[in-house]
Amino acid sequence: MPPAAELIDATKKYGEVQALKGVTIRIELGEVVAMLGPNGAGKTTSISLLLGLRKPTSGKALLFGLEPTNLLARSRVGVMLQESGVPQMLKVREIVDLFRSYYPKPLPRDRAIAMAGLEEKTNALVKELSGGQRQRLYFALAVCGNPDVLFLDEPTVGMDVEGRRSFIERIAEFAHMGRTVVLTTHYLEEADQLAQRVIVVDRGVVIADAPPAEIKSRVAGKRMRFVAPALTEKDLEDLPVSAVTIKDHSVQLLTNQPELVLRRLFQRNVEISDLEVSGADLEDAFIAMTSH
Amino acid sequence: MLIRQTRAEFLKLWRVPAFSATSLLLPLVFYAFIGIGQASQTLQGTHVTFGAYFLASMAVYSVANVMIFSFGISVANERGMKTDVLMRATPLPPLVYLLSRCITAIVFAALTLVVLFPFAYIAGGVRLDASEWLTLAHRVLLGSIPFIALGFAIGYLAGPNSAIAVINLIYLPTAFASGLFFPKQLLPQIIQNISPYLPLYRFGQLGWDAIGAPTSESVTTDWLYLAGYGVAFFAIAVWAYRREESRKFS
Repeated sequence: MPPAAELIDATKKYGEVQALKGVTIRIELGEVVAMLGPNGAGKTTSISLLLGLRKPTSGKALLFGLEPTNLLARSRVGVMLQESGVPQMLKVREIVDLFRSYYPKPLPRDRAIAMAGLEEKTNALVKELSGGQRQRLYFALAVCGNPDVLFLDEPTVGMDVEGRRSFIERIAEFAHMGRTVVLTTHYLEEADQLAQRVIVVDRGVVIADAPPAEIKSRVAGKRMRFVAPALTEKDLEDLPVSAVTIKDHSVQLLTNQPELVLRRLFQRNVEISDLEVSGADLEDAFIAMTSH
Repeated sequence: MLIRQTRAEFLKLWRVPAFSATSLLLPLVFYAFIGIGQASQTLQGTHVTFGAYFLASMAVYSVANVMIFSFGISVANERGMKTDVLMRATPLPPLVYLLSRCITAIVFAALTLVVLFPFAYIAGGVRLDASEWLTLAHRVLLGSIPFIALGFAIGYLAGPNSAIAVINLIYLPTAFASGLFFPKQLLPQIIQNISPYLPLYRFGQLGWDAIGAPTSESVTTDWLYLAGYGVAFFAIAVWAYRREESRKFS
């Protein structure tokens, strides 16, 4: 049984820029995989190779053991791209029907629209959709063909927190149908919530390939920012923090235990203001990884 | 799949009044303003009425217009909106995609004639033999093929914003220079010299010959010119398409 998607020592050069430097990845049917990496890491390029949108400079990209440009392979795949467009002057139900007609065994139209949460907009023209609704339309188009493998390239970019959360639920729903999902993202939490396996890429190479818990344990998960005019190095001694940067009086650090850090800082009488605690995204993680 | 795709392509164009209304109504407007007034006058030295001459002109104008616009603008827009990238990732065979567009364009072109011919008959009092109507219709549809290639070429070369501008700037003046609006004898001498080499002129000749107007050269010459232009436009379109492929999809 060939793997659902495979890159074999794939490299990709765009002119002078080497986007992928020999990447080998094997995704079996039924896996839910997240490709995690900062911008420019090579995630979108990897997906483009797997979908046959681009050809590898060397190495191979395969879908179900076939060339990705093979229509048979494509008919088992659903796609949500980062750069995408749809005809503006068609209605939602019309374009979903159109895409459904490309696939041998599509989902019922209303089911696909419901999975994207666009029931209210079934008869609206595409151009009337808001940004978030359009993203959901792309999702409907990706799943309407009832694909064996779903590729999602940065699907929640540009969404607010609520939008992102509901979108992740939709993706999870699809994954629970036993399908293969390949998702790229630069949000650690997203990868954590959805994937059984996380492939971390940076600068065109795979630097980690493991279950999410393991990846997260290598990198502290919360970013703390605050202003502390009187802070000294000693105040941060023995605290579980990494990637500490202090600029003027602004402090930024990564930690897995923000509450503990705060408690210690208060115990040490450090005055802080403008406190922000947020999820560390991979940008922070890589700063942490490279500073060790 | 083909039927669905064709229907979708048709709706995409039909719902854009800037395209559908203009393509169908503009030739009528031209005909109303220019053609009707002198419809019954015969052209010098012939038994052809101005109304008939202008009908042929407008038939040529509107069909070539449909071909260039529908292919040029839709391709340019799709490239601009990145719809082409998404379509690329679907299992839709490229041939089906192409064919559905061609069928849509032909349907639109035929619609413009369906609207124009009766208008000329009723408002312009144009009377032709059945064979002349049919010859005009089929020549106009067949002779529009080079303009399909031209539309594609423009679509792949121009961006979505410039495509409309480019087409508008080129098309109407060329139509004038090709003698579609009034016989070329009335044009400035310089333009008269270029005129016979313009594809719209040759296309126009086919139309005028169909309605019985005398033309300077034989119909075969006109077809040859058009075929030549067709090959040239096709070559440019293929080159532009390949360039796009190597930039976006290689």
